Amino acid sequence: MADRIFLPIDAAARSVGADAVANAFKDAGYEVVRTGSRGMLWLEPLAEIERDGKRVGFGPLTVAAASELAAQDFPENHATSLGPVEALDWMKAQSRLIFARCGVIDPLDLDMFEAAGGLKGLKAALARSPEEIVETITTSGLRGRGGAGFPAGIKLKTAAAQPGAEKYICANADEGDSGTFADRMLMEGDPGQLIAGMIIAGRAIGAETGYIYLRSEYPDAIRTLAAALKAWEDRGWLGEDILQSGQRFHIHLRRGAGSYVCGEESAMLESLEGKRGQVRAKPPIPAISGLFGKPTIINNVLTLASMPWILEHGGDAYAARGHERSTGTQAFQLAGNIRRGGLLELDFGISLERLVEDFGGGTLSGRPLRAVQLGGPLGAYVRADKLDVPMDYESLAANGAMLGHGGIVVFDESVDMAAQAEFAMEFCAEESCGKCTPCRIGAVRGRETLAKIRKGVDVSANLDLVEDLCTLMADASLCAMGGLTPMPVMSAIRDFPEDFEPRAQAREADVVE
Amino acid sequence: MSHHTDGIAEICAHYKDEPSALIEILHDVQARFGHVGDEAARDIAARLNITRADVQGVRSFYSDFTTAPASPARIKLCRAEACQAVGSEALAAALTARGIETEIVYCLGNCALGPAAMVQGRLIGRADADTLEDARAEALNG
Ligand SMILES: Cc1cc2nc3c(=O)[nH]c(=O)nc-3n(C[C@H](O)[C@H](O)[C@H](O)COP(=O)(O)O)c2cc1C
Ligand code: SF4
Ligand code: FES
Repeated sequence: MADRIFLPIDAAARSVGADAVANAFKDAGYEVVRTGSRGMLWLEPLAEIERDGKRVGFGPLTVAAASELAAQDFPENHATSLGPVEALDWMKAQSRLIFARCGVIDPLDLDMFEAAGGLKGLKAALARSPEEIVETITTSGLRGRGGAGFPAGIKLKTAAAQPGAEKYICANADEGDSGTFADRMLMEGDPGQLIAGMIIAGRAIGAETGYIYLRSEYPDAIRTLAAALKAWEDRGWLGEDILQSGQRFHIHLRRGAGSYVCGEESAMLESLEGKRGQVRAKPPIPAISGLFGKPTIINNVLTLASMPWILEHGGDAYAARGHERSTGTQAFQLAGNIRRGGLLELDFGISLERLVEDFGGGTLSGRPLRAVQLGGPLGAYVRADKLDVPMDYESLAANGAMLGHGGIVVFDESVDMAAQAEFAMEFCAEESCGKCTPCRIGAVRGRETLAKIRKGVDVSANLDLVEDLCTLMADASLCAMGGLTPMPVMSAIRDFPEDFEPRAQAREADVVE
Repeated sequence: MSHHTDGIAEICAHYKDEPSALIEILHDVQARFGHVGDEAARDIAARLNITRADVQGVRSFYSDFTTAPASPARIKLCRAEACQAVGSEALAAALTARGIETEIVYCLGNCALGPAAMVQGRLIGRADADTLEDARAEALNG
């Protein structure tokens, strides 16, 4: 009997040739099970074959290497041989609670999902009262993974307390931050975890309808999730009488359309109502008046996907992990100019330096690392000599940075920080929803002024002007788009002043060689 | 009713003429006709019982929708930070030098394997000018 080979169908793996490798194995007579990715993206396409009950890895593969492996029956001494995957340092160090099944199961094989324990959290929730669910999530200390870190339990409690039967759960799968792909990986590798999380949140607040707002830049995730929703309905795990518990919950999948600001929760609600993605003024908060004016929970994909684990193992077990007020695990995503890029799920509190150096292996180019941008396009740039900071909400805030959605983007010495600052303003100008002046006008002026600085025009006066603009944007913007754009801009100016000096273009890094 | 109008009616009916589904409807129209023209905007407005200005306002807000036919073989090239860090700007310039225009997008979720691009919904990692030119040619011929 031919061995089974496991190979990711994750979009990142496919982007570097996983489909052709899968075909090569199929041509050689193997059964190929397409899974999510383990997150070791630099090793993709990474194939695994079962040997003595363990899954043994080979990667990164080309079609030629795959044919060779097939012909030689996967020799241990092959150049791509990695040994048992779970024993790799990258895997061993992790606490994969949310990503436990990602890379292990076929995302659309419900039997495999159930056999791997996928339904336990949902079943535990269905056996508990809504109040108990809210209590458990509150005890866990779970905070929103979309960026703001707001306690998930408080939101649930607020929405649960609202009268009326029409309430909504919205999964924010807009994942617009550069350097982040955790939501995508989970939706492509273990969509059931998100679906279960939404049902649990629905039961907690008394909502029977959910929406997933999934960005159009993720066609693979859209396909997988749509198929998963259908499979769950057909199986009786989603819909009118979930697992014969009497619980009712329906989920609709909605695509985004290329707007970054639609990841902001109120703009997302507008978009879900079929409108322009303009930010709403607060109050009211969505938990009181959200989608179609009804009480609505908006949570990031990973926040919702954390709920099944918490329900299965208890709030205290989750709270026991992590660092101080940042409980549990975080999906860290290593991106940009990094030798070993990918996703790691670890307890909060690990240092940025360990992530980038030990796990990431430094820069891809081999040139010295100069800057790291944390938390997406609205996050700060951190200097290479300041990486010794614990990765949790409070420690980062104390260092003038933020975790955001867990994206870590590495730059080598060739980066021009004045260009990055200009880009931050350009991005804000491009993606601003236009509702408030500080952001709409401020970003355009900020970009113009930074362009002048880069040309060496009135540098010191123009730097003062940028600082004033940033203060205004930070203080007076309606949402964090305009409010946080000053973060990357001012961190670049403050921590990399040499790039803003006149004739910065002729910096040493560029003239040497 | 024109062939075009029929197609729009069919798409709107699939969403039960529900105004909240406007963005889904625009996606389907864009996919079917290659763009969302003024005639389509008028027909959608009529079906959903909203104003033409409403439809046009939404169409113009979202970068996925175009008013003129867009080439199905166009290259979406990520210009966001993680891809900048591995040379997406230079790649864009190299493509321009070959006479190939790219559409700017911000993040395709492939930030550990940049520069990232997308052609006809297919994600491409560690992209260079040659692979993208090939992908474009394939899309044009396929
Ligand atoms: C400009 C902007 C973009 C945002 N994009 C996202 C996003 O793509 N995904 C996300 O989960 N949250 C995003 N957020 C945060 C949401 O507004 C909101 O805080 C979050 O969805 C709440 O869920 P959580 O509590 O689970 O984090 C964004 C915020 C802003 C201001
Ligand atoms: S800060 Fe920018 S994105 Fe946010 S509401 Fe104001 S204009 Fe819109
Ligand atoms: S930044 Fe280019 S794919 Fe994410």
